[in-house]
Amino acid sequence: MANENTLTKPPAEESADRERTRGGRHYRPAVDILEMADELLVVADVPGADRDKIDIQFEEGTLTISAEVEPRQPQDTEYLLEEYGVGDYYRSFQVSEKIDSERITAELAAGVLTLHLPKAGASKPRKIAIATSA
Amino acid sequence: MVFQCVNTRHPLNQFRDEMDRLLSGVAEYTATSAGLWPRISRGQHAVNLWEDGDTLNVELEVPGLSSDQVEISVVSGELTIGLNRPNNKEEGVLFHRRERWFGQVKRVLRLPFDVDADRVAAELNDGILKITLPKAESAKPRKIAVASAS
Repeated sequence: MANENTLTKPPAEESADRERTRGGRHYRPAVDILEMADELLVVADVPGADRDKIDIQFEEGTLTISAEVEPRQPQDTEYLLEEYGVGDYYRSFQVSEKIDSERITAELAAGVLTLHLPKAGASKPRKIAIATSA
Repeated sequence: MVFQCVNTRHPLNQFRDEMDRLLSGVAEYTATSAGLWPRISRGQHAVNLWEDGDTLNVELEVPGLSSDQVEISVVSGELTIGLNRPNNKEEGVLFHRRERWFGQVKRVLRLPFDVDADRVAAELNDGILKITLPKAESAKPRKIAVASAS
């Protein structure tokens, strides 16, 4: 049985939060954000996105994922059923954790983008050793 | 064209889809009768469907799925697509957001014409599943010659 999240792709939305170089509509990829001991893991569904067309930026605590996705079918295709649209992806997050931005890595497999955001040294839990007085 | 007979947006077809959804919900209820409430799925997995000459194309977005997590069958004019996206995240991990779906979903589509089941093909690329269903010979339009009695 599927979980309660919707299985239907939400409709495209207009870019309202900030100006982008490519105008028009974009889709908001579904994400999971997991916190591990030493890193944050951001997993985003970006089916159909090409490795070279994905742009990931991390600047001043804002993580931005965007991808240009060209239509896979000609504009004039007459669909018998058209339940989802195809287009650019865009999403941005405020990351409150301190992140070591130099060591951020990303991988793409089967339309799933996984970002590893290593926590910066300061916010990593540190075990404090207690010196024994001999 | 003013009226398209295969347009699934037609109210009658919408009604039929709703009924299908309702009935599949009943089937799900019997399958998971251990629960207190009937488990009718909130949404169906979205598909795009279009004709391309003598081929029917079905496309779904299935990010993260491998080919063994997809099951496709064509039986008596219906295409059934089963998807299984496991929830393989380890226990004890703190989720700040959890939006990606997981679990098993099934989508049944009534085909608008007979297809050549032996030549149905499917491919999985970058999280996009595309199924191509060639029209059966019997479903192709045939020109009937009229014999003239001269």
